Amino acid sequence: MTVVTTVALGILAIAGGLCLVRLVRKGSVADRIVALDTLLVIVVSGIAVFSVRRGDGVYLDVLVVTALLGFVGTATVARFIDRRGA
Amino acid sequence: MTDFIAASLLLAGVALALVASIGLHRLPDLFSRMHAATKQATLGLVLTLTGVVIGLEDLSATVKLGVVIIAQFITAPIGAHLIGRSAYAAGTELSPDTLVDKSVSDALGGTTAAPGSESGN
Repeated sequence: MTVVTTVALGILAIAGGLCLVRLVRKGSVADRIVALDTLLVIVVSGIAVFSVRRGDGVYLDVLVVTALLGFVGTATVARFIDRRGA
Repeated sequence: MTDFIAASLLLAGVALALVASIGLHRLPDLFSRMHAATKQATLGLVLTLTGVVIGLEDLSATVKLGVVIIAQFITAPIGAHLIGRSAYAAGTELSPDTLVDKSVSDALGGTTAAPGSESGN
């Protein structure tokens, strides 16, 4: 299981790096929030995989909060785009 | 056997995350990029978290991850809809490769107006 979680965390690191490049380098506000949303889901997956690696569920409370806060952020940026334009 | 199922679910979910972030770079316009990103936000996360549930075999972890899965299934489509609607209303242009069927759009009342010029949403 340790090998699998190492591979999984490596793949997630690559995916997160790609999202980060997308987030920082170019695009409209909407492009950036899509990249940020993807990055957030990758972070949530990463924490979940890490807790399997440790065999310990104490990190899972973070996931509940993060998943809900992500939606608040997305909805807020959607309102921002409505007022200011993409 | 349990470990094998958990590992394959984890790897499937993680692979979908990689595909989504490659799609963010490769796809031509905002709406197709959102298509790539939202598959991962629901299916990818559910695969990963189901793998974690099977891997941990712990009741409190199962309940917490169930809450996360349900919340994500409710909020991810709503969030994607909000962003897509706002971006379309703000005039985000479609890719030039987008297929537009003139006969269908005429039958629907000639909605060939530019994005952002329609009313009532």
